[in-house]
Amino acid sequence: MLELSGSRALVEALEREGVSVIFGLPGGAIMPVYDALLDSGIRHILARHEQSAAHMADGYARASGRAGVCMATSGPGSTNLVTGIANAYMDSSPVVAFTGQVPRAMIGRDAFQEADIIGITAPITKYNYQVRSASEIPSIVKKAFLIATSGRPGPVLVDLPKDVQTEVAQMEFPDTVEVRGFSPPSDPDPELLKRAAELLAGADAPFILAGGGVRISNAHLELLRLAELLMAPVGTTLMGKGCIREDHPLSVGVIGMHGSPLANTLIVKADVLLAVGTRFADRTTCDVKEFCKEAEIIHIDIDPAEIGKNKRVRLGIVGDARKALARLTEELAKRLKGERPAHWYERIKQVKAKLQNEGNDGLSAPRLLKRLRKLLPDDAIVTTEVGQNQMWASLHFKAYGPRNFITSGGLGTMGFGFPAAIGAKVARPEVPVVDIAGDGSFQMTMNSLATSVSERIPVVVVILNNRMLGMVAQWQRLFFRGRYSAVEINPPDFAKIAEAYGAQGIRAESMEEFERAVKAALASDVTTVIDVPINPEEDVFPMVPPGCKLEDMIGV
Amino acid sequence: MKTFIFGTLVEHKPGVLQKVSNMFRQRNFNIESITVGPTERGDIARMTITMKGEEEDAVQLEKQLRKLIDVLEVKLLDPSETVVRELALVKVRVEDWRARSDLVNWANIFRSRIVDVSPDSIMIEITGAPSKIDAFLELMKRFELLEVSRTGITAMERGLNRIGLK
Repeated sequence: MLELSGSRALVEALEREGVSVIFGLPGGAIMPVYDALLDSGIRHILARHEQSAAHMADGYARASGRAGVCMATSGPGSTNLVTGIANAYMDSSPVVAFTGQVPRAMIGRDAFQEADIIGITAPITKYNYQVRSASEIPSIVKKAFLIATSGRPGPVLVDLPKDVQTEVAQMEFPDTVEVRGFSPPSDPDPELLKRAAELLAGADAPFILAGGGVRISNAHLELLRLAELLMAPVGTTLMGKGCIREDHPLSVGVIGMHGSPLANTLIVKADVLLAVGTRFADRTTCDVKEFCKEAEIIHIDIDPAEIGKNKRVRLGIVGDARKALARLTEELAKRLKGERPAHWYERIKQVKAKLQNEGNDGLSAPRLLKRLRKLLPDDAIVTTEVGQNQMWASLHFKAYGPRNFITSGGLGTMGFGFPAAIGAKVARPEVPVVDIAGDGSFQMTMNSLATSVSERIPVVVVILNNRMLGMVAQWQRLFFRGRYSAVEINPPDFAKIAEAYGAQGIRAESMEEFERAVKAALASDVTTVIDVPINPEEDVFPMVPPGCKLEDMIGV
Repeated sequence: MKTFIFGTLVEHKPGVLQKVSNMFRQRNFNIESITVGPTERGDIARMTITMKGEEEDAVQLEKQLRKLIDVLEVKLLDPSETVVRELALVKVRVEDWRARSDLVNWANIFRSRIVDVSPDSIMIEITGAPSKIDAFLELMKRFELLEVSRTGITAMERGLNRIGLK
């Protein structure tokens, strides 16, 4: 037992969890914790807006596989975290958020900077706690990290009244904790795995759809083994992008509304679909009722509530993707005798060859992204903003590792990519980190330039600048008879803005300038913003119009 | 549409009812009634939840309930093996003495109890299956119904079956 203040106990508990970095912004109701941080070995990275602090923690978590931690004061500090927390929730990212709260006696009295953050975040956290006495802090912190990182990961929020932070108590730091209503999922049912193996062994055109769950459980090698044994094409969801190297012969790219033509074409022809770690999101399946209607679907997911939530399936298997895929591969190996029919694989090759043509049409987004791929090392991390930039990146920037493509899939949060890139760079400082941005999204969190520069976390931002809220403009062109409403945003001079913050700003108006700029950025130890003007009327194709089925892809 | 009854055990602490009821709204479930009360164990409360819907909605509701960390156990109760009860307080305006004697007779037939009498009104307490309470209320429409307060159902399995913590 140690006699400590609540804030010191918090810092001690965080150190015991192995936390080395916190992204946050101080304020009145969290000052005791900030004071205690001065005496710790934990690095604090000062965000300029709490939303960005949460995205940084999220990016850190996705790049590292460990929990990301963010911190804010009460009231507006905590409500500013909300978008970042919701984003982490939708993409199952382990973020632990600490918020200050007004002193216990003032809770419920509409005190200065009071917000009911427990009520506000209940639907967007996996769990949340309001600490009622300082002595609870060690066990609550332990529980928060346990809940955030195990099973299906998700954000956990811990709200700390200011007087709890200063209260001194006897502290006991437990080595393990139990959360009564929370148990890690059981092993996948062997009987169901056998039936899945039988279905796959008998398949004529099997298809594997890998989602974010494959990345989260580090199941990429197991995925590859299974795919190679089965000789089945592997498509991914946006969250699963990179779970199979996208230059692997069996990789067909991302499926969905802006999926690769290859992936969308092949998945609808599958007779057995193995979906792993995906929730059949509407942007992935398009019309979910029509999605792979004729196929036998096997769904592996760690969250039992995902089985049958969006899509009725033949076989639902609850469990960790890595364990399930490893055991499924064993079962399958027993059943598969001799060569797999080659015609399915031949078809992949044919369609791929047809789509290889890169074209040469100036500074088109696809060309820029393909060039960027060549300029970056294999293990570079790319984050994206949301909108056209994101969908172009998904289609044209090949990812070579499961944690190398970080994007806001579920919530679709504009402004995510840049702070997430900063978080990712903190997690993996040895690799280049590039945010593929749009001029609209970047303006939402570009004040993170200050953090990036002053904390010396150099990342590269490539702005595909079409002077539009591009995706909305595209929809208005396609579905609103070209009537533009509130999409022309007349962006500022991004290079100058970068320079004003002490970063490097480059405007690149040709492919050669772009190549030089990327090289200069990679050689630099300061953040670089590369502003590339592109055609404002360029659409992302292919596209499945909203409400349609995958088969109705246009613009191929 | 079928009616499904879930017996649940939850953490007995502030905010849990909000988390459970908010999840219904968030997930777009149509909840018929929810009742909460303490159990024989001080740190555990029991919620009885009824919903109307299709089989797959019920399956999904059960999974979403289980997913809540403050929900400790969930059991879909088989109606034929379950005692289902609801309590209602019914207040009617009756001034005429003949009407009063009718009302007292009917209340007796329904095995309900008269719990308050004033010169102008009578309050009746009735417990039973929701359908029995519906039937009684239908009858009470002959008088002037002043106020009705129903608790929503609580339920428990017959015999030794119970909702226990694993």
